[in-house]
Amino acid sequence: MSEEYVLELQHIQKVYPGVVALKDVSLSLKKGEILALIGENGAGKSTLIKTCSGAVIPTSGKIVVNGKEFDSMTPQLAAENGIAIIYQEFNNVVELSAAENLFLGRPIRKGIMVDKAAMEREAEKAFRQLNIKIDPKTPMKHLTVGYQQMVEIAKAIQQNANILIMDEPSAPLTSAEVESMFAVVELLRQKGVSIIYISHRLEEIFRLSDRIVVLRDGEYIKTLTTKESVIDELIHLMVGRELTESYPPRKNCIRHDEIILEIKNVCGNGDKDINLEIHKGEIVGLGGLIGAGRTELAQMIFGAVKKDSGQFIFKGKEINPKDPREAIDLGIALVPEDRKRHGAMLGLSVKNNINMPIYTKISTLSAINSKQELEISKKYKKQLEIKTPTLNQLVKNLSGGNQQKVILARWLAANSELVIFDEPTRGIDVGAKYEIYKLMNDLVENEGKTILLISSEMEELMGMSDRIIVLAEGKITGALQKDAFNPDTIMAYASAIKEGHSA
Amino acid sequence: MRGKVLYQIKDKAIWVVFIALFIGFSIANPRFLDPNNLITVLRQVSMYGIASIGMTFVILIAGIDLSIGSIITIVNIVCAYMMVNFGMNMWLAILLSLVLSTLIGLLNGLMVSSIGIPALIATFATQTIVEGASYLISGGTPVFGFDERFKVIGQGYLGPIPVPVIIMVVCFAAGSFILNKTYFGRYFYAVGGNEEAAKLSGIRVGRVKYMIYALSGFFAGLAGIVLLSRTNSGQPTAGKGYEFDVITCVVLGGVSVSGGYGKFSNVIAGVMIIGILSNGMVLMNISSYTQMVIKGIILAAAVGFDCIQKKRQAV
Repeated sequence: MSEEYVLELQHIQKVYPGVVALKDVSLSLKKGEILALIGENGAGKSTLIKTCSGAVIPTSGKIVVNGKEFDSMTPQLAAENGIAIIYQEFNNVVELSAAENLFLGRPIRKGIMVDKAAMEREAEKAFRQLNIKIDPKTPMKHLTVGYQQMVEIAKAIQQNANILIMDEPSAPLTSAEVESMFAVVELLRQKGVSIIYISHRLEEIFRLSDRIVVLRDGEYIKTLTTKESVIDELIHLMVGRELTESYPPRKNCIRHDEIILEIKNVCGNGDKDINLEIHKGEIVGLGGLIGAGRTELAQMIFGAVKKDSGQFIFKGKEINPKDPREAIDLGIALVPEDRKRHGAMLGLSVKNNINMPIYTKISTLSAINSKQELEISKKYKKQLEIKTPTLNQLVKNLSGGNQQKVILARWLAANSELVIFDEPTRGIDVGAKYEIYKLMNDLVENEGKTILLISSEMEELMGMSDRIIVLAEGKITGALQKDAFNPDTIMAYASAIKEGHSA
Repeated sequence: MRGKVLYQIKDKAIWVVFIALFIGFSIANPRFLDPNNLITVLRQVSMYGIASIGMTFVILIAGIDLSIGSIITIVNIVCAYMMVNFGMNMWLAILLSLVLSTLIGLLNGLMVSSIGIPALIATFATQTIVEGASYLISGGTPVFGFDERFKVIGQGYLGPIPVPVIIMVVCFAAGSFILNKTYFGRYFYAVGGNEEAAKLSGIRVGRVKYMIYALSGFFAGLAGIVLLSRTNSGQPTAGKGYEFDVITCVVLGGVSVSGGYGKFSNVIAGVMIIGILSNGMVLMNISSYTQMVIKGIILAAAVGFDCIQKKRQAV
């Protein structure tokens, strides 16, 4: 059995404290085939391939490469055994030439000197083999992303890789570049290289792959032969679950006629021509895959990044926030995705964190009114049930859920009207999640707030939103009213499959 | 629980060091305890104390200001020059000198915040520029011959207490007020702790940086005025090396070089330690070269201590 496979992952398990990232996942790769690996965000694709490179050490399971068994890999072992990974971020030195990058770390030498001419000759040969038209002397920084990726692939082949793992290789490329990349990948297959191809673009998978492995929530789901499968089935396998978690009940849609934020033809930060109306009292869900441009849209609304063109009309007036301060003063708040890096100020107290945006308002001649500071903190600690021994406790000592509540308290204190939640429950345990959901409901029901919810968790998105807008590659690809929520449809929109195609 | 106790010990450790040094020098040389000597220590330390306030803010946001020595120098020269060569009123000369020092600080802010030059390089460049300018203005020779009243600032007494010490105490009070009682203080900690989160909670980080470097320039300028009055002549080398001692005072006071953590009360301890250390070493006839070696080791040790703490926390 083993002989026909060049790479086998057997019963791979990866447990992090509190989280099982991979549960008994097995996969085998035949010589000269392209095996697609698909799954939603967080399905465990990246963790799985990192076990092959040595970046992740599996808790249990075996990795069999060309018949040799390993418990875990190291980067050196992976390279020695012919495994190469093309990540989305390239490992190149932009100031050096294509040839020098090809031989990065192991240059051809003549005595103690680097033999540039020989490297350029060899690079020329390597590029020609793959039908890549790059002048080896060109500095990396003058090459487009597509060509930089080609150099990266050529480097892997130059190092005798016969197993190539590509993580979302088409994500940074233009459509013309994608075509050239496909040609190279095809050529490699003919040369007998085995490829694991990760992508969320299902159309590509149907074009390229021989077989497809589906992962979901860190579990192996199924292996399919590409020729015999259809898109709908794949989507269902990727999403494939009923709503299991319960969501706190909410009075049905308190949507007012008043439009609180109108987004008109907004372009910039990777987004293209976004049009959206958000009514007061709604929870609007933004669905899509990582990198679809949802966070990017939030950054523009919040003034963290400038838009290129288009308009934001907030409460009937065009706004152009040049920094978050301006957006906050207008009544817009952002609960960022990365709580520890962008949200909470971990080294400061609960009290300081809550009052941070309003210090200028509770100060006289720049001296803080400490009584007011304390009262505001107490009020929101009580309202949001923030569990902290004292208000002087440093935020880093709080649990994830309570940290999130502190950030929420901050925006309530700032009297924000539109609150953008970016992945509000990431890394928060189930009990605390439910509390955050209750608070979100409370915001729209009793506080008259409006919520824009970015979430990659399908259940959360469907459970909390009044309607869902789906983005893919910086564009709105679909909109669904509550009664039409359906994970398969959302996934289809998120994978940017044109309407009609999937039906 | 153990962490809390450790934290409290760490928090007060610098005062323990201070007391230990104090007792040590008292035993080693009885002259150390002479009230006149102790007053001298305070007077000597006053310039460091004044300049350390701005530096505390700078290091709190994980910055550095290498230009304060040269700011002290140029204030010496310019203030002296205006009083002697233009016959300017001393208060006006002082005021203009402080404006100049604040503007130099703003220049640092511009380079660090708006252009994005690393603080180390930006203020290093400013140091050289300002030092060069001081020589150009003075022609390399001292400027002297001031009004008698000008002496009071650096040499006068209010009762038994030297005027510079009073100025230092007032500055400490002001610094402590800014840091602990105003929203600017909160902003400093927020920017130092997590610049991105600070920005996303509505702090205009750029303005905060401008303000901090300007304050650093201002307090250095004030230290320069006190020094000028003490020496009674504007010297083109007056402030040389001051940045080193002031940075040592601040990091010895436990302000983390990676930003976001530090207490003003401990910085005062840092200043006092450097003060008695310099004085004690002179009393013990330790050569100035040896003193340099020791001071260098102290700076490295203070920062090293902070870094080791950070590493432990990360694990």
